[in-house]
Amino acid sequence: MIALLIRDLRLAIRAGGGFGLGLAFFLLVAVLVPLGVGPDSSVLAKIAPGILWVGALLSCLLSLDRIFALDFEDGSLDLLATSPIPLEGVVAIKALAHWLVTGLPLTLAAPVLAVLLNLPTPGYVWLVASLTAGTPALSVIGAFGAALTVGIKRGGLLLSLLVLPLYVPTLIFGAEVVKRGALAMEVGVPLLLLSGITAGAVALLPFAAAAAIRVNLR
Amino acid sequence: MSFWEYANPKKFMQTSSWALPWVAGLSVLALAGGLVWGFFFTPDDYKQGSTVKIIYLHVPSAMMAINAWVMMLVASLIWLVRRHHVSALAAKAAAPIGLTFTAIALVTGMMWGQPMWGTWWAWDPRLTSFLILGLFYLGYMALWQAVEDPDTAADLTSVLCMVGSVFALLSRYAVNFWNQGLHQGASLSMDKEENVSDVYWFPLLVCISGFVLLFLALVLMRTRTEIRARRLQALLARERLA
Repeated sequence: MIALLIRDLRLAIRAGGGFGLGLAFFLLVAVLVPLGVGPDSSVLAKIAPGILWVGALLSCLLSLDRIFALDFEDGSLDLLATSPIPLEGVVAIKALAHWLVTGLPLTLAAPVLAVLLNLPTPGYVWLVASLTAGTPALSVIGAFGAALTVGIKRGGLLLSLLVLPLYVPTLIFGAEVVKRGALAMEVGVPLLLLSGITAGAVALLPFAAAAAIRVNLR
Repeated sequence: MSFWEYANPKKFMQTSSWALPWVAGLSVLALAGGLVWGFFFTPDDYKQGSTVKIIYLHVPSAMMAINAWVMMLVASLIWLVRRHHVSALAAKAAAPIGLTFTAIALVTGMMWGQPMWGTWWAWDPRLTSFLILGLFYLGYMALWQAVEDPDTAADLTSVLCMVGSVFALLSRYAVNFWNQGLHQGASLSMDKEENVSDVYWFPLLVCISGFVLLFLALVLMRTRTEIRARRLQALLARERLA
């Protein structure tokens, strides 16, 4: 399983595309929003939590279809499905690899972009905390969506349509944590709920995703 | 005589061809009766005027929008467990109906909201969660459209329906939390069912039964269409082979 993880990470970094693209997209969102909304710093401070979370979510979406599509095309997914590792484990590892190359860099880059959006100072800690707790769920849910659409040619748009509604609870609680954090309010409840969604998604969705892959490989 | 014999398409077609006119006729009767009763023979509300009568379309369609999803969930589970094709086709048939009910509920809600709240749309938890429900319906239908092999499509959409149900429920309570979290709880709570007076309640019940029957009739009709389409494809495939 670790070998698979290392292989996926290597592919993601060497093949280019996903790794830097998501971050660049995130940066662009953070730059474009003030251009559209105007430079009023109090308005920006107010919308910064939501924009940062929506930006992170959309950047995550960009590289989702690469989780299984390439392996499906060249047949490695068939090999992985017949390998001794359970397919659920393969899904979990691939979601982890996706998180390591998108979710984690996004989390680390977010405070820098928060400066551009004038996020109030107490919010920074909670921005990083909420993204750390929430982005794994984005990757796992995305892996499930990618598993559903892996057999479809040009399924990228469909993937977004399927996955975005599933992102709603994560987005709501994640942005809520940052909003409350920025106002120096109590953040415990939304942070716990966010972590709960992530834990539930990480525990259960690999099974659903593996079932979908088995159907697609039939 | 067991429920499962309707898993046989032939048996299903026989029974549904017999039942469909009755269900459809009853639904027309109940809808016409309930709506006429509601629209013309109930008094105007002292605060809301005659807009209160939107309730006869709004509440039943909202109810059926949720029930249609539950029906799809049950049908999907039956398909996954027992592999009855009729069940998968019924789930497929129900999705556009559910989406339509969702749209009706949203549009009538807007028409009601405009004079009452002074706005067409507010990010109230109920409104928001209905919009999200509509997105779930769209995704489900899009997946059916996109996958070519019918059995694969049925399997994938069933899995999506199960996962979607969990997330739809989560979203329902998440938006609840989100709106009370920052904004002042808007005074838009529409818990009408508890405090509807009998004058409106009885015609509403008739309308609800009419909508339930309408849903049944439409599902039966669309499932029959799907079964016929499936048969047609089988015939065409056989012809190509011959």
